[in-house]
Amino acid sequence: MISVEPVAAPGAPLARRNPVAKLAAALVFTLILVATLDPVAPAIAIAIELAVLPLFGVRYSVLARRAWPLLAGAGGILVTLVLFAADRSGRVLVEAGPVLVTEGVLDTALGLVLRMLAVALPGILVFATTDPTDLADALIQNAKAPARFAIGALAAFRLVPLLEEEWRMISMARRARGVDAGRNPIAKLRLFGSTAFALLVGAIRRGTRLAVAMDARGFDAGTPRTVARRQRFTRADGLLVVAAGALAAAALTVSVVLGTFRPLIG
Amino acid sequence: MNHTDSNRWRTVDIVVASVIAVAFGLIFWAWGLLWGATDAAFAFFPPAQTLIYGVWLVPAVLGGLVIRKPGASLYCELLAAIISALLGSQWGGIVIVQGLMQGLGAELAFAAFRYRTFRLPIALLAGALTGLTAAIFDFVYWNKAYDLVDYRLPYALLTIVSATVIAGAGAHFLTRALANTGVLDRFPAGRDRALV
Amino acid sequence: MGAVQLRGFGWRHAGRRGWAVRGVDLRVEVGERVLLLGASGAGKSTLLAALAGLLPEDSGEQEGTVEIDGLDPRKARERVGIVFQDPETQLVMARCGDDVAFGLENRGVPAEEIWPRVDEALRRVGFPYDRDRPTAALSGGEQQRLALAGTLALRPGLLLLDEPTANLDPAGATLVRQAVADAVDADTTLILVEHRVAEALPLVDRVVVLEPGGGVRADGPPDAVFAAHGDALAAAGVWVPGRTVPPRHATTPPGEVLLTADRLGLPPRLAPTDLRVRAGEALAVLGPNGAGKSTLALLLGGLLRPGAGTVAATPALAGRDARTPPHRWRAPALAGRIGSVFQDPEHQFVTGTVRDELALGPRRTGQSEAAVTATVDTLLERLRLDRLAGANPYTLSGGEARRLSVATALATAPRLLICDEPTFGQDRRTWLELVDLLADLRDAGHGVVAVTHDADFVAALADRTITLERR
Repeated sequence: MISVEPVAAPGAPLARRNPVAKLAAALVFTLILVATLDPVAPAIAIAIELAVLPLFGVRYSVLARRAWPLLAGAGGILVTLVLFAADRSGRVLVEAGPVLVTEGVLDTALGLVLRMLAVALPGILVFATTDPTDLADALIQNAKAPARFAIGALAAFRLVPLLEEEWRMISMARRARGVDAGRNPIAKLRLFGSTAFALLVGAIRRGTRLAVAMDARGFDAGTPRTVARRQRFTRADGLLVVAAGALAAAALTVSVVLGTFRPLIG
Repeated sequence: MNHTDSNRWRTVDIVVASVIAVAFGLIFWAWGLLWGATDAAFAFFPPAQTLIYGVWLVPAVLGGLVIRKPGASLYCELLAAIISALLGSQWGGIVIVQGLMQGLGAELAFAAFRYRTFRLPIALLAGALTGLTAAIFDFVYWNKAYDLVDYRLPYALLTIVSATVIAGAGAHFLTRALANTGVLDRFPAGRDRALV
Repeated sequence: MGAVQLRGFGWRHAGRRGWAVRGVDLRVEVGERVLLLGASGAGKSTLLAALAGLLPEDSGEQEGTVEIDGLDPRKARERVGIVFQDPETQLVMARCGDDVAFGLENRGVPAEEIWPRVDEALRRVGFPYDRDRPTAALSGGEQQRLALAGTLALRPGLLLLDEPTANLDPAGATLVRQAVADAVDADTTLILVEHRVAEALPLVDRVVVLEPGGGVRADGPPDAVFAAHGDALAAAGVWVPGRTVPPRHATTPPGEVLLTADRLGLPPRLAPTDLRVRAGEALAVLGPNGAGKSTLALLLGGLLRPGAGTVAATPALAGRDARTPPHRWRAPALAGRIGSVFQDPEHQFVTGTVRDELALGPRRTGQSEAAVTATVDTLLERLRLDRLAGANPYTLSGGEARRLSVATALATAPRLLICDEPTFGQDRRTWLELVDLLADLRDAGHGVVAVTHDADFVAALADRTITLERR
């Protein structure tokens, strides 16, 4: 099952912050962090992220569930680096044919894996603690996003559970028609494509009807919209963004001071 | 409702573009379920992923071909990225930047022809360019630490080829198939078929 | 406010050869309640869309004029409200109160007036929940009442209802009609499109019948219209009140058992259920929404793995495969024994033409090309689809798509046919054809299981019923 509901405890002090502030904080934090390839800065960042987790009302077990696929990604980074690393300096640890593992390779791998985790966690935090309606409201009211697009996207997002159920029905309907793939990967691919196509047709049909229903209620009337739900961007929200930037900068500074800093560009 | 300016997005343009992005968010999710095992193999050997890289770029080209308005490619790919983040994608906020970057290529292709032609060659160009911008992002962001000649360049080239074939040609034929079902009747793309 | 004037009105959708509606002259005064009737394809929905100002000039070609209070409907949109058939594609927001507020925000209603008007509209339709209730947690009938509230909150002078109860079970439909009766005030003009005339009559004082070729065929008080045109309307697919359908029950006792369900369940969707399905018998599965009827159909159809208990086929149905449960059969073997007809026909379409769609099943089950062609031609003719053999299945009308989905299930000649709400939203003509077709199958020794809310359908066809309880 896909969950489209926030998973956080609603009263948590940082989960309650303005969604635009949370999103901006996550982006600022991430974008500062990606400037380096070394292991130290992301390690500090991960420590910070885990420390603020309770303030967002997210339990560690929930985070672990959402983040576990990252481990496969970490494995991929390791394998690829062993085969294709640019920097093979340092002491040779393993040498077998094309495989040449040095201290430099392991150092780079550690940096990349930690960076991947450090960059992913803020996004997971924001989306796990934010209601989509609140996000759209805040994007319109506090970030000057065009209302027609934000509301249109929100209305489409509401179809996710419907489309998920539809995927199941379409799959079963294909079996009822005598179509299955067994273990043949080509047949599997064709069946997937045919199911995806049926889903897309149904989704576009729904979208067209939804658009007509929205216009019938004045969505395209050209009158300036008012807002029923007010989203406020307070000083605390501003502070969250600034704090996120400062913490990421601090992590970078430590890495520079220790001499481990490796810039992404240059 | 009067559209003297044909570049203005109607409600149906906005909602259907959004729905395309949402549907692809879901299709990618289902793909993950179906190919769990092979996916892990792909994840352990990222170069192999480039072969199917174009799949992730279909919304960009398809959005442009169906909606035919400035910003459609960018909007579809960006929204598909946000949707996958909302559905609990493990890559977090960076996918938003990545989505923007990926949509940009297809957008440039359609803009270069001033949103006037949407035939197969343009679709292929859109696929190739969206592959190019995606490859540039990966080149800088993900692949910095890998060897240039052995890895980063082949990876970028394969990405572009995959995007041209799967996202470019794929989205072109997908648009045609969708038009045949009648669901695109409210779009110029759907009216290219014969009167019924 | 809310007077309607049409003079020689016609509309042709872009990309279509034929006119969706044509030659309509009609005047509706403020406060009138009109039931708009006509065969499928007579252009009722297009006419409502025109009145609601929802046909953009660049989306087709117009003839004649249409006016609301003397204005072009596209410029009088705030005077008109419309509720459509499908509840799921007219709710916009995730929470009920937000959804009613959506239209008010669009119209620029000052923020402090919005929530009082939302509460008033919810009260008028008798909405039982508070504003924070998720729209996804509502039943179909509740969703339609919410859609009605969202429209009424805008205080339209003209209210258009386009088959608002066609997708609902009887209980939900009653709730919606009740809400319409209670909530619409005396100076609101009402135009209603509805197949099920008997239920709609208490809401209206005038009936207008559109002629499929163009123009208005009949117009007047309900009694007068049905006395003069009842037969022709019934033949055109309208459910004219007071016309019963001769039942077609089995004339011979049921044959051998085909399928047995023993304590079959799937928590939390279906409680343990015992069931025997026999050849030559039409079995109707009844019960309220949420009792798990569709789940039962999927389990019997071998499409879902049981969560508890078993489904077992008898050797009469499956030969030596009777030892394995249906959900573990390969798909072609399944399709040759048990046919499933889904509630939404489009879920079942796999190919690009009606002909290929019918040929798919027989090919998968290994029939020769000659046999496939013979099967396809027979079914095309039998279900009046021959004219559409080359059409894309997704372009069919509701009735055509339903006939095709039944035909595809029959193409593999299964001994057992399982249908989920086969008569949902169908006009009288398709309905009668379905009853005849299923009765013929049953009389030829097939087993028929139908999950349904349709009491008329049960009365006309079912030899036995079982009723599931809500958990």
